[in-house]
Amino acid sequence: MPVDIDIAKVARLARLALSPEKLAEYDSQLQDILEHAERVGALPTEGVPPTSHPLPMTNAFRPDEVKASLDRDEVLEQAPERAGEYFRVPRILGES
Amino acid sequence: MSDLADLTVSEAASSIRRGEATSLEITNAVIARAGVTESHLHAYLTFDQDAARAAAQAADAALAAGDDGGLFHGIPIALKDNMTTRGTETTAGSKILSGYVPPYNATVVRRLQDRHAVILGKTNLDEFAMGSSTENSAYGPTRNPWDTDRVPGGSSGGSAAAVAVGSALAALGSDTGGSIRQPASLCGIVGVKPTYGLVSRYGLIAFASSLDQIGPFARTVGDTAALLEVIVGHDIHDATSYRGDVPPISTALETGVAGMRIGVVKELSGEGIDDEVAAACRAMYEKLAAAGAEVTEVSLPASETALSAYYLIAPAEASANLARFDGVRYGLRVDGDTTEEMMARTRAEGFGPEVARRILLGTYALSAGYYDAFYGQAQKVRTLVRRDFAAAYEKVDVLVSPTSPTTAFPIGERTADPLSMYYADVCTIASNLAGDPSGSIPIALDSAALPIGFQIMAPALHEEQLFRVAAEVERLAEFRQRPELATSEVRPA
Repeated sequence: MPVDIDIAKVARLARLALSPEKLAEYDSQLQDILEHAERVGALPTEGVPPTSHPLPMTNAFRPDEVKASLDRDEVLEQAPERAGEYFRVPRILGES
Repeated sequence: MSDLADLTVSEAASSIRRGEATSLEITNAVIARAGVTESHLHAYLTFDQDAARAAAQAADAALAAGDDGGLFHGIPIALKDNMTTRGTETTAGSKILSGYVPPYNATVVRRLQDRHAVILGKTNLDEFAMGSSTENSAYGPTRNPWDTDRVPGGSSGGSAAAVAVGSALAALGSDTGGSIRQPASLCGIVGVKPTYGLVSRYGLIAFASSLDQIGPFARTVGDTAALLEVIVGHDIHDATSYRGDVPPISTALETGVAGMRIGVVKELSGEGIDDEVAAACRAMYEKLAAAGAEVTEVSLPASETALSAYYLIAPAEASANLARFDGVRYGLRVDGDTTEEMMARTRAEGFGPEVARRILLGTYALSAGYYDAFYGQAQKVRTLVRRDFAAAYEKVDVLVSPTSPTTAFPIGERTADPLSMYYADVCTIASNLAGDPSGSIPIALDSAALPIGFQIMAPALHEEQLFRVAAEVERLAEFRQRPELATSEVRPA
């Protein structure tokens, strides 16, 4: 069964600026993969709970202790662009 | 004279303690081996000889001063390049992390350093561990040491190739759908994916968080178990780290399999498995029975759908995990007029085709209107897979199958067809969905002189049983062959 994919919308959601040619290529590959993946619908799963995680654990807590964090300069050194003690990015206001 | 690069870890550890060789001599032998093999294989992305020699000298000095870190003290090992190393570039095989020098060590790295292990460098991988051939690396493929026109498997192909050829005595990899076991199989070495949560993932660059697990590679079952014992244990830095007592691991290596119940997975015995691989595994089932095990056939009906479920769950989790690569805090940035444009251009430029494909697939599977049909349904199938295993383990102690449906395939053969590449994981992914331990042991060469791996699966936290059977398989197989590249006749290209 053909799968309905709005590939441009998916790419936008994924923040991937892909060319129309690339989008068409991925569209066709995703069709193939999803047609195969649709087999998950073939098994009877009425009343079967989903498994999101293999360990039966809920929250993990650590002691609330004051500790040194990573060195700020060492962390900021990895940034493509910094302004003093901050990461610097292009303008955010005015985006659609 | 035998080459120190060909020693097993336990032989090297004995040599060091008997005063026959120092860590520096062993490390130098492994560096010399890499000098010969790297031009053929490209197993490493970063190989730091000076740091390795300094660590070896420090290990020798510590031992002389009475500070003995145990079996891995002074042993040269390799790390898959998706584990963070403070001060050493860590790329995960991706252009988007080119030049990234982490400000912290992964917990596994810290544990190895605490034991005075010698870290040689960072090994090649499929970008962000997504792939089964190491061809998806942004830095070029790794080649199989048994036939350099073939893939080493993946995604931990660099670690497997390095151990197989002696440019490391042992290594760490990560396994999300088979990424330790399948390359171990294709390179003729031992590789184990432990129980989910047993090894801390703090500092492992995340791919699919409900599946990822770090594990060991070595040339023998005993060395593999010993390396696992170094890295296991609860870690406060990993919220998913197992909080119970560490289970026994290497305590039954000499016990043998008499009286054990071994189940052959019916769905992984016939169709889709190469004839020579299937025949080699059948011969091993017979040997295990002759050694006193009760060998029966067991069915895991949902396992045939497991591959489909995996290729929805893993990309869905990846699409969320990889959102952090946005050109702001580290790695590549491609300029744009707005922050969103900068991010979208950075990601399109920085991610390779397979990673982009999986991000798109995962984003789609999680998007409104499709979530229930794909991701939600895959999670229910995951429950069925776990129920299959639970039912099987009522009847048997361990399950066995081939590790990979084929031996090493030619470079380039599957890159144009994602589905054919995904099929390489058909025998391994169910253990990840279940969260159970699973390992691959080399048992034979096929008619093209390529290694065949034998997979052993055990219930969660039953590593002792897995290694008990693995040690018997190792004894029964008597697999001693090494790739020609690891022999002294090979001279630098």
